[in-house]
Order: sequence, then structure tokens, then C-alpha cells
Amino acid sequence: MATVRLEFTPEPAHVRTARLVGVAVARRAGVPDDQLDEVRLAIGEACARAVARHQRVGLRDVVAVAFTDGDRYLVQVWDHAGDEEQITDEEQITVDVSASLLQAIVKDLQVRPLESGPGTEVQMAWPVRRASRLGR
Amino acid sequence: MELSLATRVVAAHTVLEVGGEVDVYTAPKLRERIAELLDSGVTAVVVDLARVDFMDSTGLGVLVGGLRKARAAGATFGVVCSRESLLKIFRITALDQVLPLYPSVDAATAS
Repeated sequence: MATVRLEFTPEPAHVRTARLVGVAVARRAGVPDDQLDEVRLAIGEACARAVARHQRVGLRDVVAVAFTDGDRYLVQVWDHAGDEEQITDEEQITVDVSASLLQAIVKDLQVRPLESGPGTEVQMAWPVRRASRLGR
Repeated sequence: MELSLATRVVAAHTVLEVGGEVDVYTAPKLRERIAELLDSGVTAVVVDLARVDFMDSTGLGVLVGGLRKARAAGATFGVVCSRESLLKIFRITALDQVLPLYPSVDAATAS
């Protein structure tokens, strides 16, 4: 099992970097090619969600992501934002659409509060193809 | 790939050609451009996503915001999209029932 970890300041520009790294690790882990678009979208949504949560409360702490290549491909995204302030209508649309997308494209999805301190963890997993892994 | 934006006029419609990635970083630029068009008095906007490689929920939110702003301004607003990976996220989020989607610029500007 191998893990790639990434931490970034809560800036939208870094979400693309997280997507690129996440898809590269997914490919190496053996996630089927026809699922990589969904992996890319899901990682982007989870990271954008974390960035938005930090920004809404003015929190500059880093967002953390772990990509783990094991029996399945596991992606974890951690934010440390507390209760959110009032958000605008367009932000609410994006929050609702993002939640719909994640629930629809990730069969193995969990969103839960952190055990200690404010914040949440988004955990997503995808099956991996054994033949791809043997060829590494 | 960064976001690219270009406009052209087709059959009295202003077509905003979008290329690259529309995500949480680049979507604000698209939002600003749509607002600029509507604020300048354009009455028919078509957003052409033919060259978009990737779009996330922020981009979808900007399109819905653009539709609302257009309606408030008395303008028409359409979206051209034929790429299956993008159509899928419109369907998943049921925004295909909200946004006027067209398979081509010709279809959008003929409406």
C-alpha cells in the first residue's frame, strides 16, 4: 500500500493540482480508465468543498488530502472549518449541485465530522483492477 | 488547460465560446464575462461549451446564475453542449431540466 499526501492553502488554484495528482495516483493504482473522469470530478468537488468551507469562515489553515493505493483506491480530504456563515444563493446552488454530483458518481462515499476539533472528512473509494496492478 | 473565452455574433445571438477547464478557480472569469455581456445590453446569449474539457459544480452554478441574470434582464440564455461527459453531469444534477441545452450553435441560434 502506498500513500501520496498533499497539503495546500485554501486557494481555488490548488484544486486543479489536487485533481491532477489524484488522477495520476488513481491510474497507477489500477482504477479502470473509464472511471478516471469521475475520479477527477469527485476529487475536484471534494477539494473545492474544503476550500470553500475554509474561505467562508476566513480560515487559512491548509486543506489536507491523502491518495492511498491499496486493495481499493482511497481518497480522503480533510478540512478544519467550523460552522458556516450565511452563504449566497449562487453559493448554495453550487453546494447543492456539488453534493448531488458526489453522491451520484461515488458509490463508496462518506462525509463525517472530524473526531477532534471542527471540520469534516470526505472519504471516497473506487475498486481497482488487479491485472493493471500486476503489470506495474 | 486554462479557461479561454471568446465571443462572436451569430444570427443576432452573442455566442460565448468557452474552452479549457471551468472549475472553482476559473468559473469566476466566466461569471464576469456573462455579466458583462448582459450588462452591455446583449439580449441573446449562447454559451458554447464545445471546447470545454472539464466542468465542476462551480461552473454549473455560474451557468444557472447566468440564466437567472438573463431572465431578469429580459434576455434569452442558451447552452451548447454535445460532449457526453458534460451532458452526464447536467443529467445527474437535473440541470438539463433547468438550462436550455442545445446540441449545436446552429440549433441554439435558431431558437
